[in-house]
Amino acid sequence: MAGGPQGSGVDTAANIFGRACGYGGLYVFGRREYHSNIKGLHSYFHLRISPKETLANINDVDLLAAFDAETAVRHINEVAPEGGIIIDSQQMNMKVLDIPTLPPEFKDELIKFMNEKNIGETLKDLLDYAEQKNVHVYPVPYMDLLNQIGEKLGIEKISKITRMINVLTIGVSFALFKYDRSLVEKAIRTTFPEKLADMNITALNHACNYAEENFKDSFKHRLEKTDAHEERIFLTGNQAVAMGKVLGGCRVQTYYPITPAADESEYLEAHEILKTSGEDEAIIVIQTEDEIAAINSASGAALAGARAATSTSGPGFSLMVEGLSWAGNDEVPVVITYYQRGAPATGLPTRHGQADLRFAMHAGHGEFPRIILASGDIKECFYDAAKVFNLAEKYQMPVIHLLDKAMANCSQTYPVFDYGKFKIERGQILTEKELENQEYRRFRFTETGLSPRVVLGTKNGVHWYTGDEHNEIGHISEEPFNRRLMVEKRMKKLELVEKEVPIEEKLNFFGNQDSENIVVSWGSPKGAIIESLNLLKSEGFSLGFMQIRMINPLPTDYIKKALEGKKRIIDVEDNYSGQLGGIIKEKTGIAPNFHILKYTGRPMTTTEVYNALKAILTDKAPERQVLMFGS
Amino acid sequence: MGLKPSDFRNSDVFADWCPGCGDFGIMNALHMAFAELGLEPHQIVIVSGIGCSGKEPHNVKAYGVHTLHGRTLPFAMGIKVANPNLEVLAIGGDGDGLGIGAGHFVNAGRRNLDMTYIIHNNGVYGLTKGQASPTLQRNLKTKSLPKPNINEAVNPIGLAVISGYTFVARSYAYDIKHLKEIIKQGIQHKGLAFIDCLQPCPTYNDINTKEWYAGEDRKDPTTGKPQSRLYKLEEIGFDPNVRDWSEDFKKKVAAIDKAREWGDRIPIGVFYKNELEPTLQDRLSERIPFYLSKPPAKQKLSDENGFSKVNLTEFIEDLKTS
Repeated sequence: MAGGPQGSGVDTAANIFGRACGYGGLYVFGRREYHSNIKGLHSYFHLRISPKETLANINDVDLLAAFDAETAVRHINEVAPEGGIIIDSQQMNMKVLDIPTLPPEFKDELIKFMNEKNIGETLKDLLDYAEQKNVHVYPVPYMDLLNQIGEKLGIEKISKITRMINVLTIGVSFALFKYDRSLVEKAIRTTFPEKLADMNITALNHACNYAEENFKDSFKHRLEKTDAHEERIFLTGNQAVAMGKVLGGCRVQTYYPITPAADESEYLEAHEILKTSGEDEAIIVIQTEDEIAAINSASGAALAGARAATSTSGPGFSLMVEGLSWAGNDEVPVVITYYQRGAPATGLPTRHGQADLRFAMHAGHGEFPRIILASGDIKECFYDAAKVFNLAEKYQMPVIHLLDKAMANCSQTYPVFDYGKFKIERGQILTEKELENQEYRRFRFTETGLSPRVVLGTKNGVHWYTGDEHNEIGHISEEPFNRRLMVEKRMKKLELVEKEVPIEEKLNFFGNQDSENIVVSWGSPKGAIIESLNLLKSEGFSLGFMQIRMINPLPTDYIKKALEGKKRIIDVEDNYSGQLGGIIKEKTGIAPNFHILKYTGRPMTTTEVYNALKAILTDKAPERQVLMFGS
Repeated sequence: MGLKPSDFRNSDVFADWCPGCGDFGIMNALHMAFAELGLEPHQIVIVSGIGCSGKEPHNVKAYGVHTLHGRTLPFAMGIKVANPNLEVLAIGGDGDGLGIGAGHFVNAGRRNLDMTYIIHNNGVYGLTKGQASPTLQRNLKTKSLPKPNINEAVNPIGLAVISGYTFVARSYAYDIKHLKEIIKQGIQHKGLAFIDCLQPCPTYNDINTKEWYAGEDRKDPTTGKPQSRLYKLEEIGFDPNVRDWSEDFKKKVAAIDKAREWGDRIPIGVFYKNELEPTLQDRLSERIPFYLSKPPAKQKLSDENGFSKVNLTEFIEDLKTS
């Protein structure tokens, strides 16, 4: 884990660290936590590194690289015995309660803890306490090292290179892990332009040497490179969604800046010219004046025949709701990528949450069809981000791709995605020629409810859209008979989705399907649940896990069958009320009898999910467990 | 042989505006302008907002997108960006564009998309029975207002000029010939054209009526004839054209100055015109040279076997760790 004030290069350090591990054939799972702040407040990156695939974080930290005193204070209890803390030796005498960025409610807790454990007031006192618990403390004189590096590089003003504290900690970390230094250099070279990379490599080596000379063999943990035997990538959910979108044919993306969605749009804009098997193509990314404009211009682009999407988070989606209703009414194939974050209101703008499921399902006045597809990990983000365009165009309705902050900002190692077989399915679109001898009606009543589309500008296909109720041609109609047919036409398209989309695309099943114990969940808790399942299985517990991906229309019959007769139905979600559990109860009549919930703004770790599940399986848990781990 | 105005008439739909509504004049002017420009119905998309003006597209034989209150410009932008070959017209009321949609009004100016935006300006919210719109002057009490209007009026022309619209004009719904010409100029203008169309509401605005514009209340004492409040900018030799960037500021100030005239002398015509400013299409083409020939709506997404044509190698290379 690396932590420091925002703006001090925590992200960069973690990225270099993760890449360096990736180059050594290791799998990495990284979680990024940051305040809604530009500079100064605490942020950290928690990396889990393993020769085997890792799907989530665990509680224990083996090595904490603290750029500042606050990081050590905040995370000291997460460092496991035999673990280490890299710390600035020149801050040892700092009184921890004098750290200006600690909020009062945290200080209260800290004082309680320090009194309880009889810890003195300085950082050194706190670290001494950790050492008593068999944690190694590695004091490094950051400023002295920077001065020496400055001398080497001919830089007089140390303030110019204080940002390199992050690389110092990387150097010390890898020296402690006894990892191949050349792989770290490679990671630095891919992160920085040449001149900056040279400077950082100088710093890296200086720090490595310092650690090797001063810390000898006290640290037990090792990182050993292996052969990956395959090509792998290390990416965030935002990046995966962006790539999935272009694969799926998205050619117009609109957005208004919002955390944690905006990174996706910026990444797309940076890659706006697309390579294809033929000539280059392009995606147009438009930063609109607000989310209202974002959804409605995406709808406009979709009517004109482009695959179009917008990307946002809760507050932005709130503004999009009227536009969503219009898109539902006018059968517009528009995609909304929705990254949930801590809510309500501005909530926890940079933190995680899963409390918008009910909102996504019901947003908008009136009744209209929509598809909600929720991915559970970064790989699913990629494939689903492509697939949602097929769903939107085939069934002519808005599709909400429901994600969350944890997925947006986590990074994970994967074998390179196999995307060559992704099919574009555009549904029925009539051409000028096909329209020659017919009177076209955009909203023609059909058995399935689907009427063939014509994109704006097509000869022989002039038609109308209106947000009013309309007749088949698209003109305003308030006639009761037409109204009934039009409502039914729209709504029955959902039956088609239920019938046609294969169950494998709607939910995933892990573990023992026949077990009397079943976990139901959705979204990013997936990784922690699967890892917990595997741990529990190795201990002889039997457990199944149903990850529900298509939440609207819900594959009700399948879920009902899967839940019938189960002894323990355990709902796991990052919200207060167990929203998916409630929806399952509403649709199937079967209610989960246990809930594992978390709404601290931090995602679930494998450790806490494992503990909570084990407590349930051993009949030691209450019906409702609320998880708390994470700073 | 090109199409006639009547070819753009939509006889399937009953135009349900009040008798004497200015919207009829705008509808006729649109039919005439399209015919005279030699356009065909499928090449045109009329996007509208909510209110009486929102019904305008249903009465024109051309693609029509009747959207949400205040959102006509965002929809129009999406359509135009996806397919810049379409002739896109945005239509809305004064409340739609300058009240609920004012943010879009201003931001559209920053982009200078090559399309035309017509506001039906009558000072009232008609369909909700006559509340004051953002263009109603302060202290006026139209007949359905419980109290005189407490808010100052927005100046649509001035706002358009400073927001970056590159063609800013005003016309009058009852002067169909003038309006048609202005619409034609707006469509032909390379950039975002704004037309403030004065459009009396015969039912709810009993102050700025057809008779008021015609000056029935201020007859010439010698001839006894009404003296129209409206006069044409072209007739006084007003030159709105920016031919060189050095005269831009001066022309903008002159346009805003003219836009301040209201009451007994109301100018109509072109206030400001600048084709030097690159359109959003120009700006996108600079970054994406093939944008106009292969816009988003025209890209073929799949190969002959239906597979996505996209090659993600460039993305993947950046993310590779082994």
